[in-house]
Parts: sequence; C-alpha cells; structure tokens
Amino acid sequence: MTNNAELGSGAKVEEKLFQNRYLVDAGRPHISIHPHERPSKALLSMIHTCPAGCYSLNDKSQVEVAVDGCVECGTCRVVTAKTGEIEWNYPRGGFGVLYKFG
Amino acid sequence: MIEDRFDAIVVGAGPSGNAAAYTMAKEGLKVLQLERGEYPGSKNVQGAILYANALEKIIPDFRDDAPLERHVIEQRIWTMDDSSYVGMHYRSNDFNEEQPNRYTIIRAQFDKWFSRKVREAGAILLCETTVKELLRDSHGRVIGVRTDRADGTVFADVVVLAEGVNGLVGERSGLRPVVSSDSVALAVKEMHFLPREVIEARFNLQGNEGVVIEAMGTITAGMTGTAFLYTNQESISVGIGCIVSDFEGTDQTPYGLLEAFKSHPTIKPLLEGSECKEYAAHLIPEGGYSAIPELYGDGWVVVGDAGQFVNAVHREGSNLAMTTGRIAGETITWLKRRRDAPTKANLSEYKRRLDATFVMKDMKKYRKIPQFLHGTKQVFGLYPQLISQAAQTWFRVDGTDKRSKEKEILRSFRKARTLPGLVGDAFKLVRAWR
Repeated sequence: MTNNAELGSGAKVEEKLFQNRYLVDAGRPHISIHPHERPSKALLSMIHTCPAGCYSLNDKSQVEVAVDGCVECGTCRVVTAKTGEIEWNYPRGGFGVLYKFG
Repeated sequence: MIEDRFDAIVVGAGPSGNAAAYTMAKEGLKVLQLERGEYPGSKNVQGAILYANALEKIIPDFRDDAPLERHVIEQRIWTMDDSSYVGMHYRSNDFNEEQPNRYTIIRAQFDKWFSRKVREAGAILLCETTVKELLRDSHGRVIGVRTDRADGTVFADVVVLAEGVNGLVGERSGLRPVVSSDSVALAVKEMHFLPREVIEARFNLQGNEGVVIEAMGTITAGMTGTAFLYTNQESISVGIGCIVSDFEGTDQTPYGLLEAFKSHPTIKPLLEGSECKEYAAHLIPEGGYSAIPELYGDGWVVVGDAGQFVNAVHREGSNLAMTTGRIAGETITWLKRRRDAPTKANLSEYKRRLDATFVMKDMKKYRKIPQFLHGTKQVFGLYPQLISQAAQTWFRVDGTDKRSKEKEILRSFRKARTLPGLVGDAFKLVRAWR
C-alpha cells in the first residue's frame, strides 16, 4: 500500500501560484519577520505550513519571507501570535491576491 | 474621504457583511460598506455551498438572477484509507424541487452579485479600502473607522465588523483575542475545469443537478481535518483543510496534502483531464461555541467568520454568516426606529435574537465536538483504516465462512484500539454530539 501523503510531498507550489492573479505592491511587503538569531519552532513550521511557500531558511539558519505569492490566509499570523516574530498587515486596499473564483 | 456621517459602516463585503448592509439599506438606513479587495469576493474563498434558506430570508427571489452553479441532489460522506473509501451516499429526486435547498456556487461571482443587490438597496460600497482601526470617543464608544485612504476617517453610529476569520480590526482594537492556532483550520482549494457533459457523465447528473463529497481519513496524514469535492457547472472545486496547530507537529505541506488527495485512486478519475485555473487558501473558524468572542459593545457588533460562526460538523458557515449579518442589520434598524442609541446594552438585543435562531442552538449543541475531534485523532486515521479493512473482509469472497469473518472484524477493532478504547471513544462521541 502506498502512502498517499508521501505522493504529494513533491508538489510544486510555484506551479499552483502561477494560476493566480495578483497585484503586487512592489517595495511594500505586507509581512515582515523581525530580525532574529534563532527562529522559534512556530516560525520554522511556517516553512512547510505556509500554503504559498513564502517562507524559507537562509544560509544563516534564519527564516525569510517573500510575500509575492502570498494568498493572505493569515496562517503565519496565527501561528506566530505568541512569539511575536512577524509583523502582519493587510496589503494596501486593492493590492495582493485577486481571486477569480475563490 | 467621505464627509457624511453614516447610520452604519460595514467592514467587509462577504456574505455576513452583505447580509447586514443589505438588510439595513433596504430599510432606508444610510450605510457605507468598506472592502479591501478590488471587487467583493476578490479576497474570499469557500468550497462553496450556498444554503438557500438563509439567503431566502434576505432576498426571497434570489434564484431569478443569482449566479448559481448546480443544485445538490446527492451528498457523499466518505471515510478513506490509502486505497479505498467507505461511503454514505444520499441521493434523492426530491432535491429536484422547484426551489432547491442547496447549491454549489463560485464565491467571486456570487459575492459580486450579492454586492450589486446591496448597492441597489442603497448602500455605498467603497472597494480597495482597508480599514486600519476603529475610532472611539473619550468614553471608549466606537464612532467610526480609519481607513488607508488619504483623509480616510469616516464616522457612523455603529460599526458592523464583517471582516472575516482573519479580522485584524477587531483584534487590534482589543474587541477579541487573536484566534488561536487550534481553533482555525487552514484549507487549500483548486478549481478544475472540465466540459459540463464530462462532469455530468462522471457524476451521473442531468441538467443542473450536482454532487458534493465530504471526506475524512488517512488523507489528512493523522491531522484533524477533512477534504471535499464539489461539482459546479463546468468546474470541480477540490480542497482539503486541517487544524493549523496540527501542521506544526508535522512536515506536511497543505499543497502536498491536496496533491495526495487528488492522486487518490478514487479521486483521480473524477478529475482526469481537467485544467486547474486557480489555487486558493483560507482559514476556517473551527473553534466552535467556546471560541465565539464578545459579539457586541458600544457602537459595534461582530458577524460571520469574525465571530467564529461555523458549524464544523455540518460544514455550514455561509448560512451562519448571512443569518448573523441579517440579524445584526435588523437589530440596528430596530434600534434606529425606536431612536435608541447603539449602546452595548441596546445592542445586546442582537445576541438575544441570535440565541433564538438555529445559529446559536447549533453552535451550542456541538460545543464539545472541536475538543473531541482534536483529542481523538483515531477518527482521522485508525478508524477509517479499520472500517475499510472491515468492509473488505466482509465483501471479499474467499472461502472463509461468514462467522469467522465477523470474528476477524471484531478482533481487528479490539486489537487496534482495545475494548475500553473503543467504548471510551464511542462514549466521548455520544457526549459531544447530544
């Protein structure tokens, strides 16, 4: 019996996000991570939990965010609410993801 | 931005905000609605199923021009393991009625339609406008909002917070705590397009008949969650969601779960040859009754997802959103007529009216379910596997006598979960359910 969850682990989120429409507010990211030495477990978990794959680890083992593909679900905001490691705002009115179907 | 003073400002143009704005505008109140998206629906995600009853109470003739996809004639509920499902299907020709009960919809289109009705009723809608904070007077009463537009303050007697599950305004104004990661689910969804004849052939449908599938089991990799597949006219909505805090302890990605669900041997043929045109993600409030925050105060009320109004067991949310929005709108209109100020004491009428509806009754009924589902992970892994194995033992004809098969099935349950474990789970479920 194959494990179906394993089947999906190679999924490429970039290809999925390519289907979506965005109006990117260049130079004004609506999410930022506070400078940190060592990310908390909560922040680290965003690397796999973020549905748009916005979070990654840099070569100094710090977590970075690139918001261009963000779908504004707010998961990272909820996950790091206790650690306070990120600053989360809505994009300016009209910017961000534009769902055609939702 | 707008000099005028309004009777009410509605923050958000989803189902709850539109229901509130429509209800008030129709009765002649001066309503301003603010939406951060380019158009209503541009930030909104849902499966989506529309429950007619809740909308009929707001717009009785909505069927005349609302963008509806298919009316649901068949509901399939599946528990799945890695190679099979055990299903409870209910299909009835009675659902082919003149005024069908449930429809699949596409939210971006539906929200635009609903918003047009709100504007026709007389409300003013400003899109591309993000509300930053509530304005208060020296007594702490809410008197308006500040937006991200230049000169962006605007005043009203009452503010209706219909800002959704990810509602920053109410949270940052201290009206309610930040939602906790164990009381929200993260759901991801794709829209898969196919010719309508193909959908009708695959699901045995005629005309605008539709099928919806809700599934649970090993597809969520041990996490508390469910998956769904809904038929639209020329597309299929397919998605999966799990409680956010459950992701933290795994290395699963939401899109990995979705791919695995789509590749499941029972799902894959249903989507064969389709073209995916959108990938969406959204949070769903799943905390139930105990997660409902304060719903009203001096000059404000909360409606819809911002108030955690989702019945997770029955996968209902948009109907609770529309009903809470409508009742908030009716209460505000009633106070206005009586010339009563929207104080905390007077707005408590909103909660009183809500308590008398299915919304609060259902939320209360299932108040222990989130805890049960969170604490009994076997529901999402072990039991679906055991049920599938039992079905296979039962149906496979292999020369084993039936009594031995019965014994083997019982043994498999006892061995996997022990008798006290089984009885305990059943007891907990019954207690949470009733």
